[in-house]
Amino acid sequence: MIFGFSIAFLLTAALTVAGALAAALLKNLVHCALSLTVTFAGLALLYLQLDAQFAGFAQILVYIGAVAILVVFAILLTRGAGIAEYRGFSSSWLLGLSIAAATFALLGWAVIKSLPAETEASAAPAVTVQSIGAALMSSYVLPLEIVAVLLTVALIGAVIVAMPEPRTRKSGAESGGGQ
Amino acid sequence: MSLQASFWNNLDQVFVLLQHWIAGYFPVGLQSAVGTILAVVGILATFPGIFALTTVLERKGLGRIQNRLGPNRVGPLGILQPVADGIKSLTKEDIVPLSADAAVHFLAPVVLVVAVFLGYAVLPVGRNMVLMNMDAGLLFFFAIGASTELSIFMAGWSSRNKYSLLGAMRAVAQMISYEVPLLLSSVVAVMITGSLSTVKIVEAQSGFTGIFPHWYVFTPWGFAGFVLFVIAALAETNRSPFDLPEGESELVAGYFTEYSGFKFALFFLGEYLGMFSIAGFAITLFLGGWGAPLSVLGFVPSWVWFFLKLLAAIAFFIWLRGTLPRLRQDQLMNFAWKFMLPMTLLNLLVAGAWRFLGDGWLRWVVCSAVLLAAYVLLGRVLMRHQNLGARSYRYAD
Repeated sequence: MIFGFSIAFLLTAALTVAGALAAALLKNLVHCALSLTVTFAGLALLYLQLDAQFAGFAQILVYIGAVAILVVFAILLTRGAGIAEYRGFSSSWLLGLSIAAATFALLGWAVIKSLPAETEASAAPAVTVQSIGAALMSSYVLPLEIVAVLLTVALIGAVIVAMPEPRTRKSGAESGGGQ
Repeated sequence: MSLQASFWNNLDQVFVLLQHWIAGYFPVGLQSAVGTILAVVGILATFPGIFALTTVLERKGLGRIQNRLGPNRVGPLGILQPVADGIKSLTKEDIVPLSADAAVHFLAPVVLVVAVFLGYAVLPVGRNMVLMNMDAGLLFFFAIGASTELSIFMAGWSSRNKYSLLGAMRAVAQMISYEVPLLLSSVVAVMITGSLSTVKIVEAQSGFTGIFPHWYVFTPWGFAGFVLFVIAALAETNRSPFDLPEGESELVAGYFTEYSGFKFALFFLGEYLGMFSIAGFAITLFLGGWGAPLSVLGFVPSWVWFFLKLLAAIAFFIWLRGTLPRLRQDQLMNFAWKFMLPMTLLNLLVAGAWRFLGDGWLRWVVCSAVLLAAYVLLGRVLMRHQNLGARSYRYAD
């Protein structure tokens, strides 16, 4: 236990921070996206260390399995993965640094303020997948339905954006989308 | 317990007893760590061994289906072919293209193999023989499976090769599309069991009525779920008839065109191991895991049943590869989104109806009728624009 944190936590935190720094500092855009994936994996490990199994695995499934792939596809399809021109430091670096420091200070104050006064390890509430499911079906059923409507809207929107424009003349070449 | 019964029980638990015996030589603090390491070593020894066996079985099997012999030079009937393949892949020069992205090119097979091996942690190969009994075991497996898509993209992009990139994008599109029916078709087993833990799912299927087992595949929703899961699993592992991303006749070798030597062997290993783990999960979810098919055969050790079922699944996959033609990319996508997704959603409804209709013959009739009607209707509706004539056969002379 160093500084009151366990070795596992320190290693995972180091991995997460390293991934995030690499994602911000690397020149090749696809490398940045892959380092961001390492950050997501580090976050998932942190959730697992806190015994939040569902959150950890959902993080891997959604962020690494879908969001990261979405990011790399977006980079690829918008030609952002070419040879990057070397950019020097931007001219407004002082402003950026001060905003980042202010945000960090605010977040740090909020986190430290929310820690409980006593530091003995109380029994962690067991949040099993079953309890999450039960809560989703009973007290959180309205957000669930709203998210379902949102997903349907997103799917329909994606289909409409990707649909080819209808031809003005039916030339009989539409063999359709069957198997 | 009689001497004979205790012999069969010991045989069933022989690997667990071996693990405890070896761990007993270490101090008490280290025993659980040593036990875990031994289990990991077991996994690392068994499944690549099955991979070696499968390569030769596949080549012989495909050869016989295609009316030729397959490898028959190394060892009797060509059985030692994997040894020759291993030596070849280890000694071939590792060529990395000059313009390839060296770091990502190197990491892609590593990520694939690591992710695939992680998936074996929640597979119960026998009674009390699972590396990690997690409450959310199934979710862990699917989460890790989603990470393998990233390695395929890395491989395709880092090679700076048009064919690789095309193959990688096709493969990722295919895997993402089939991820949805895969998860949805496995949800029915989770719904009826009431738990995401693979051990509990297997234990829920370990009862018998008379001599017939309570496997989920023998119920209407379980059968539909099993068929849909197997189809989605074939697509997830880029296995024929869904192997357009690595279509040898079209894309050279798809996303691993630029890999040679041991990295190519690692990709092969990763793909086949992924196939085994997903077949293992199909067995766990629907075919009763390590359970015996008839109650009178319950004395045979549980791990024997699991590996026999795994072998049958592998033989089935090889049979499919040799028999079915490859699906085109748009046919693949249509099949996933227009046929499999509605069927899996309907299967969820049917499983719910099964649970609430209560015991008796009514639920069998209703569920089977609904699924059959949906299958026929969906098939007819999707095929209405294809003017397919009668089949014509051409036989080899």
